[in-house]
Amino acid sequence: MNLISTSSPHVRTNESVKVIMMDVLIALMPALIWAVYIFGINALLITVVSVLSAVICETAVEAFMKKPITTGDLSAVVTGILVAFNVSPAVPIWMPAIGSAFAILIVKQLFGGIGQNFMNPALGGRAFLLASWPVAMTTWVTTGTASAVSGATPLAIMKGGEAVGQLPSVWNMFIGNIGGCIGEVSALALLIGAAYLLYRGVITWRIPVSFIGTVVVLTLAFGQNPLNHIFAGGLMLGAFFMATDYSSSPITAKGQIIFGIGCGLLTAVIRVFGGYPEGVSYSILLMNVAAPLIDKFTKPRVYGEVAKSV
Amino acid sequence: MKLFKVITNGIFNENPTFRLVLGTCPTLAVTTAAVNALGMGAATTFVLVGSNVVIAMLKNFIPEQVRIPAFVVVIASFVTVVQMLLKAFLPALNESLGIFIPLIVVNCIILARAESFASKNKVIPSLLDGIGIGIGFTLGLLLIASVREILGNGTIFGISVMGAAYQPALMMILAPGGFLVFGVMMALVNKISSKKGGNA
Repeated sequence: MNLISTSSPHVRTNESVKVIMMDVLIALMPALIWAVYIFGINALLITVVSVLSAVICETAVEAFMKKPITTGDLSAVVTGILVAFNVSPAVPIWMPAIGSAFAILIVKQLFGGIGQNFMNPALGGRAFLLASWPVAMTTWVTTGTASAVSGATPLAIMKGGEAVGQLPSVWNMFIGNIGGCIGEVSALALLIGAAYLLYRGVITWRIPVSFIGTVVVLTLAFGQNPLNHIFAGGLMLGAFFMATDYSSSPITAKGQIIFGIGCGLLTAVIRVFGGYPEGVSYSILLMNVAAPLIDKFTKPRVYGEVAKSV
Repeated sequence: MKLFKVITNGIFNENPTFRLVLGTCPTLAVTTAAVNALGMGAATTFVLVGSNVVIAMLKNFIPEQVRIPAFVVVIASFVTVVQMLLKAFLPALNESLGIFIPLIVVNCIILARAESFASKNKVIPSLLDGIGIGIGFTLGLLLIASVREILGNGTIFGISVMGAAYQPALMMILAPGGFLVFGVMMALVNKISSKKGGNA
């Protein structure tokens, strides 16, 4: 019998960063396939360039900083795909490359690499692109299929203003026959991926359900059709794939629900009252910054600890 | 202390932008264009040299308890001079720097040098310290502003350098770009000076 004397933990899971990231990649595939089907080969090209940029930047910066190369854990690939999913299919090809480079170099590696980023790298990359090239980032194309709808996104149409057009039916929004960012259009494809992640235990229901639930309740309270709000825009992508990022969301169960509600509140308020048609990315970024605070206040009591009378 | 060293000290070891991290408000605010950075640097240098010299001369006559208000009065006089000169001769620069010219009064670089150097040293070293710190500040601003102007506007000193096809990254001349470039540059400066060793 082989006795090993080590400190705990003694039972180890086979789960590793690589396994988790592989699951996320599998879960993202339906949305990618749908994007290529509806936006054409350009969507695939943007995704490939974005992934390449993320992987090259991760490898290069870790070599430069003389840190262990972690490219093999696939997290840079996931970041690259998510950046591509967050841009319009009409952007010039260098733009997602810069977005991914920003996400990896500034948001992830400068703050210490995987597990240390204080906000979601892909969303940081998106925010950088949106602030730098606002016109290119909000120029939408008509979808490639025969039943193509107008280039404007449903949320821009709901917002009114310069974008005019017929609001697509809820069914078209659900399957993704609408304009928008590469990865966000099809709620159905994203839900298939999300179901897989939930089944594999990579994510829990707490953040997505409280996030989407809050948006439903609030848009209903603001007198809008909640179905339009949950199937249009980046809510599905954000709630399942980006708000659930381990290192930038709270650890505690209670904290995750507060986090989700906060994201939903900000999203609904930005969409209905704000200047932008879409608020998912900014709401997640803002709550990312609040995550350490939420963790601090939802810290469970240590067993046996007596509640302090303040 | 050798007199020449007083000048290089202000440019490298005690660079106000990257080493002392003082005066960050104008650093972030005016570095959207290289010409603004140069103007701000020159104006601050003028005030710094003037106030350092006058305070070094007056240090024995200023009572300890009221030295800070006394320093501020001296600094404010020089700032008023700068502002009047700018209004008369460089109205365009005065327009683009705006509120940040009068705000030189509360620039902590100047008060810091008055308190930590001029009030303890003779006139000539104080003059040189003002020049050194002033050059250090100007170089710091110019470095940040060049990067921001090239990336965010495709130009340097208003001259196009990136070619017609370049689409400027608007964020670099907005506030977040200022923080970004400032932070990255400070990291680089720390990296370089930690390699040399002994300087930090």
